[in-house]
Amino acid sequence: MFPEILSFGDKGFGDELLRGTQYTLLIASCAFLLGIALGLLGAAAKLYGGPVARFIGGLYTTVIRSVPELVLILILYFAGTRGINSLLGLAGIEPIEVNATLAAILVLGVVQGAYHTEVFRAAIKAVPQGQIEAGRAFGMGRLMIFWRIIGPAMLPNAIPGLSNLWLIVIKDTALVAVVGNVELLSITASAAAFTKKYMLFYLTTALIYLAITLISSYFIAILERRFRRGQTRLA
Amino acid sequence: MNWSWVPEYFPLLLQGIWLTIQLLVVSMVFGLIIAVPVGLVQVSGPRWLGAIAKGYCTLMRGTPLLVQLWLLYFGLGSLFSSYPEIRQSVFWPILREGYFYALLAFSLNEGGYAGEIMRGGFLSVPKGELEAARAFGMSPWQVLRRIWLPRAVRNVLPTLAGETVLMLKATPLAATVTVLDIFGVILRVRQNTYLTYEPLLVAAALYMALTLIITRLFGHIENQMPTRR
Repeated sequence: MFPEILSFGDKGFGDELLRGTQYTLLIASCAFLLGIALGLLGAAAKLYGGPVARFIGGLYTTVIRSVPELVLILILYFAGTRGINSLLGLAGIEPIEVNATLAAILVLGVVQGAYHTEVFRAAIKAVPQGQIEAGRAFGMGRLMIFWRIIGPAMLPNAIPGLSNLWLIVIKDTALVAVVGNVELLSITASAAAFTKKYMLFYLTTALIYLAITLISSYFIAILERRFRRGQTRLA
Repeated sequence: MNWSWVPEYFPLLLQGIWLTIQLLVVSMVFGLIIAVPVGLVQVSGPRWLGAIAKGYCTLMRGTPLLVQLWLLYFGLGSLFSSYPEIRQSVFWPILREGYFYALLAFSLNEGGYAGEIMRGGFLSVPKGELEAARAFGMSPWQVLRRIWLPRAVRNVLPTLAGETVLMLKATPLAATVTVLDIFGVILRVRQNTYLTYEPLLVAAALYMALTLIITRLFGHIENQMPTRR
């Protein structure tokens, strides 16, 4: 009883939906990684930076976290395209059409970074001060303290927040459907409008997203158990 | 920067703000009305009912809100319009509006998220208080109404404040189904004036202001709560 319209090949939309899913996963993973990088930078700025770095970090997290993602995506999408093109213009290169996938990754990454900043900041602050002092007493430099002590000690604290953000970024890729046309939801929307089978396509897509989040949750649980193995169990 | 469009669109923008607040308040209220039973049956209640509630939460939290909204608006909407009985009924003017589907999707979605929060809230109330209430001869319904629910809500109030901000940030999705909320008005301004940034910056500022108001409001309510220290 498998509907033919969802089959693979030129009769159905199965392969299109599969490609959309791949793009959704690609955008989500890259945006997540970019978010982690920006989050570590932001947390470092807010915890250890001077007044200027601290102000910029605070502004970044406050603004990004209080403006709807959809509005941010539009602002950053247009600002990003124009910014890249004016940079190219300075270098004397013709303006280019910015790749929609790349734009989506950059935009979602910048948005995720603000949330990652707060996750890492809280996780780093939860590392007992004595452990850091012990590292210093051993004569470790700041980088080595971060690499050997703060990093491994804060990771278990950060895992719940990080896994939440991973589930959020998967769902946020759907918002890119408003500007782009590569990921799962935008392909679903055009397929549904083309065939007039709205219910079928949106239900299928909802199930695909659900499968992605459920599978992710399964692996997150395994990861969390692994990273918590050194921690003493409370209660 | 060109701001000459602001006076012309000011009344429409005010209406948009009002519509955004409506969307937020109504979907939060309906969401909480759904959330209380959804949370409760997972904590105490027959196992099959708890399983259904858990499945509902997973479904709502595991799929993007935009997919839920478009599923209801395009899917359910096209299903409704294929029945002449529904098209001729008195409900059709409501069932035709994007606003209705936005409220429906937001409320159901919020019910899932808040249901999970309420589950934690119900669990966080000390057992002894419930036993004391029962020892006073209160019926299960009275225990829930007088002790369990108020204590649970108080415990999760900070979480609900965060949830309200998240809901506010979800309301612009309604603009994709023709609702003229803040974001809908902004999109129209962009279309009519060909301006890229200025309208979007106004939208960002308005949402930031609303976020600030919500956090202040919840902070005020939390301060009103009597606590023993």
